[in-house]
Amino acid sequence: MRAFMGFIRKEFYHIFRDRRTMAILFLMPLLQLILFGYAIRNELNEADVAILDHSKDSVTRNITDKLLSSGHFKLAADLEQESEIGQAFQQGVARNVIVFEPLFEQKLRSDGQADIQIITDASDPMMAQMLEGYTTSIIQNYQQTELEESGSLAAGITPEVRMLYNPELRSSNMFVPGLIAFILMLVCAFMTSITLSREKETGTMEVLLASPLRPMQIIIGKVLPYLALSLINIISVLIVATVLFDVPFRGSYGLFFGLSVLFIMTALALGVRISVTAKDQQTAMMMSLGSLLFPTVFLSGFIFPIENMPAILQYISHAVPAKWYLISLRGIMLKGVGIEYLWMETLILFGMMVFLILVSIRSFKIRLE
Amino acid sequence: MRRIKFIVRKEFLQFSRNKPMLAVIFIAPLLQLLLLSYVATFDIKDIDLVIIDQDHSPSSRELIQRFDISENFRIVKISMNQDDGIEAIDRNKAKMAIHLPQNMGRDLTHESSAAIGIQVDAVDGFTANIARQYAMGIIQKHNRQLQPVMEQASSSQSQTIGVEVARWYNPDLNYKAYMVPGILIMLVTSIGAFLTSMNIVREQEIGTIEQINVTPIRKSEFIIGKLLPFWIMAIIVFSLGLVAAWLLFDIPFVGSLWTIYALALGFLLLVIGAGLLVSTISNTQQQALFSMWFIFVIFVLLSGLFTPIDSMPGWAQYIALLNPVTWFIDMMRRVMLTGTGFSDIAVSYFVLLGLAAAIIALAVARFRKVSG
Repeated sequence: MRAFMGFIRKEFYHIFRDRRTMAILFLMPLLQLILFGYAIRNELNEADVAILDHSKDSVTRNITDKLLSSGHFKLAADLEQESEIGQAFQQGVARNVIVFEPLFEQKLRSDGQADIQIITDASDPMMAQMLEGYTTSIIQNYQQTELEESGSLAAGITPEVRMLYNPELRSSNMFVPGLIAFILMLVCAFMTSITLSREKETGTMEVLLASPLRPMQIIIGKVLPYLALSLINIISVLIVATVLFDVPFRGSYGLFFGLSVLFIMTALALGVRISVTAKDQQTAMMMSLGSLLFPTVFLSGFIFPIENMPAILQYISHAVPAKWYLISLRGIMLKGVGIEYLWMETLILFGMMVFLILVSIRSFKIRLE
Repeated sequence: MRRIKFIVRKEFLQFSRNKPMLAVIFIAPLLQLLLLSYVATFDIKDIDLVIIDQDHSPSSRELIQRFDISENFRIVKISMNQDDGIEAIDRNKAKMAIHLPQNMGRDLTHESSAAIGIQVDAVDGFTANIARQYAMGIIQKHNRQLQPVMEQASSSQSQTIGVEVARWYNPDLNYKAYMVPGILIMLVTSIGAFLTSMNIVREQEIGTIEQINVTPIRKSEFIIGKLLPFWIMAIIVFSLGLVAAWLLFDIPFVGSLWTIYALALGFLLLVIGAGLLVSTISNTQQQALFSMWFIFVIFVLLSGLFTPIDSMPGWAQYIALLNPVTWFIDMMRRVMLTGTGFSDIAVSYFVLLGLAAAIIALAVARFRKVSG
């Protein structure tokens, strides 16, 4: 036991004495969260819009005002004719052109129907979808509020839409939990896989293996400092998320920390597993990059919604721990749901953790080749 | 010149002897390209929908029918209990719940209008916004069919604004054409940058750098000797990816292949130069890896590859504009997809080359032939 304690102390010294690594471990997660929390967004603010108003009457002007005062759009150009639309797109003046048909107000009053055309430059499909979505909802809104007041609401079904949990559609509410999962995965799995393979590469592993420590103890001793570091990181990223980015925290802190520890342990076990296979740091790095980093970014629902992917990739995504953690995080933070809604995710994460720990202990070799 | 040749040959020998690494370098990017091209899409289909039908009238069934046949929605459950909607959303079983209240059909026939409730899971604001737009579109279409009938019933004149959407240049919202050039660049960059950043510092860590230090090789020769093999390798990976993109995803390669290669060669020079620079500054592979990782993630995520630059706050947009990856992705997309000629991008291209030269010079200056 004394040998074990000494070993753990050595591991802590190892990390704490390397200033640069310390800075990376503590500051990098925070810096990344702050930077990306601000920069990774897919919401619309002040997008350039061009307007082609064939009618120029009070209704079209009203709608234009509504669009421009929403904060989502900024008038880039007033077009005179259809031929200018292509020009506006090609010169990058605007990505969205709104066309009011001639005699708009008159048609609306006499025929009860007038048309608006929204033309987007879909060479950037994502932007095009956003522009469409925001423009249509502003026009629909206008239709429901203004026309209703004047007593000429359309016959038919009027939907009352409620955007739950995130009514302002702020993308930081979506991405910040994702960033937390991403950063934890990175610090835990990446770092452990590199440290263990480093001992192999520099030859100090030999010393460890020749010591009376059991393999289990070596692994635990190696992993413990990172577990401690990650716990500190969780607290700091949580503070940044809620204070700086105003991401609501509606659920239970106990559940949040419980799940986070599960996730961290899973990530650490993954790191150990990788380092067992890799014979040097470079290989460990490449394996981590391929098997941890890319899946965590792309198959966890962090940026790209899993529901949009082909079925086979959706199945593969089940094997990505970050996916389950992320569902839970968003559930806890934004929806405020408890364990009764998240028991399945919790169980899956727990199962993954147990499995990976067993696998990494079993595959840990006490002989060097 | 001869000395550079030796270094290059040594590096290649080292590569070719490390078989697992070779597989990772050449096969992993292709697999990832294949995978990520399918993943990187915001084209939203099959939005999971719960309908709470408390009306059970012909008109509620008609509306449900409309959602059922739409390819944008998939009805996962039709229920009578109002709480089932929120329940399904909380359990992540549905993104949207539509509530058709009792008497909807009756209100429609008697008062010519009826209100329904729609709840959207807006945690993912982007998807929620589009789901709302799709739902509104379906209801609008439905109303248009109802109107002639109902206007006869009620004497009042109603007014609707029709919204029509046109998507130019890419009407099917093909995300692959947009994403694949960027993903390819990201993968090649990651291979090139990470491997080089660990390379020189590795020789330092395991001590083989001593053998280099005692040879008459010049610092610049050493750096160039390290640069060339990685450059060649990155270009091979890039070419493989390009062929794969062309064969597998119908991407319209409008631009000239020469321009594409000229761009890639210049950009990869910059990437590999940066990798070597990091390697000369770092003391351990671990440090190098993490510094590179930090730089890489910032440059890629702030390049507008996955999320639009227009959505970023002002200061982040300036950072994005200073980011060579942003220019490169933008140039590549333009050349590949719209056939922009070399002359249109010449200025930014030469700035890129200048930057690459500066970084390589810096790496030469930072490299020390003394260990300690």
